[in-house]
Amino acid sequence: MSETVAISESEAARVRSHLRVYVMVFVALAVLTIITVAISYLRLPTPLAITLAMVVATVKASLVAGYFMHLLSEEKVILWLLVLCAAFLVFLFALPFWTETGNGPLWVG
Amino acid sequence: MSEIVIPYRTEPHPLTGVTSGKLGIWLFLASEVMLFGALFSSYVLLRVGAAEGTWPTGVEAGLNVPIGTFNTLVLITSSITMVMSWASLKMGNPGAFKRYMGATIALGMLFLVVKGFEYSGKFHHGIFPATGWPGASDPSTFYGFYFTITGLHALHVFLGILVNIWLLVWGLALYKTEPERFAGRIEISGLYWHFVDLVWIFLFPLLYLL
Repeated sequence: MSETVAISESEAARVRSHLRVYVMVFVALAVLTIITVAISYLRLPTPLAITLAMVVATVKASLVAGYFMHLLSEEKVILWLLVLCAAFLVFLFALPFWTETGNGPLWVG
Repeated sequence: MSEIVIPYRTEPHPLTGVTSGKLGIWLFLASEVMLFGALFSSYVLLRVGAAEGTWPTGVEAGLNVPIGTFNTLVLITSSITMVMSWASLKMGNPGAFKRYMGATIALGMLFLVVKGFEYSGKFHHGIFPATGWPGASDPSTFYGFYFTITGLHALHVFLGILVNIWLLVWGLALYKTEPERFAGRIEISGLYWHFVDLVWIFLFPLLYLL
């Protein structure tokens, strides 16, 4: 089977129009990294520090997934695959807490 | 013997709208989410369950925040060089692809070298995966976790470097005959590489800063 497919000019133009966005995402990721480190030097109470750090990490991860991994313009099948994966992930995180109800949380006894 | 050809290598499958390779890598990444998710969930349970004052912050445990920050920036930079290598191919510039892919590989190696220095510093201070942090009230938990998850992550970086070297040195020949298919391979390798960056984005604050 021969399937030589050249890259079309329209496809090249589409990619070219995204270059600026990639650089902006990179700058945002670098700035957010510095912000994460700066927050850690504020010596905030642990629950607040964890919440803030995870919020910033989630924003960074969304930028990587949305732009570098092209999820924002990806086909539905990939998005549904990830929704299913996220559901399993939530289940995985909930499982230990769930199984311990009735006996009290793990860390009490 | 007839050649077995995987269908929909370049053109999207009519049902899914994506190529076989892209669907494959996303399925693999979904399994990776569960692999790292299991370790993250163990971390949350162990940390929340640790007795008062027994779980050190990264700094208390002797991790170096500036080195961790540097390595985070190295991985982020490698992500943009990776996406630029793919974009260069799409724009018909294999020369730029080579430079960006070479930079991605070099940055990945730099990350591992820095990680290697961190590991050897810990070993030098008598901190090992099984024994952990000497003198701590709960010596092994933090470092047991640290070595397990950063080791698994470093293994992913290492394998990504190998794949990228293969694509740069041997895989590039495909570009001459089937440029779209080769660009597809780079996109797939890039998806994996960005995922590895994404895992580190969560690992860095969790281990070093909190």
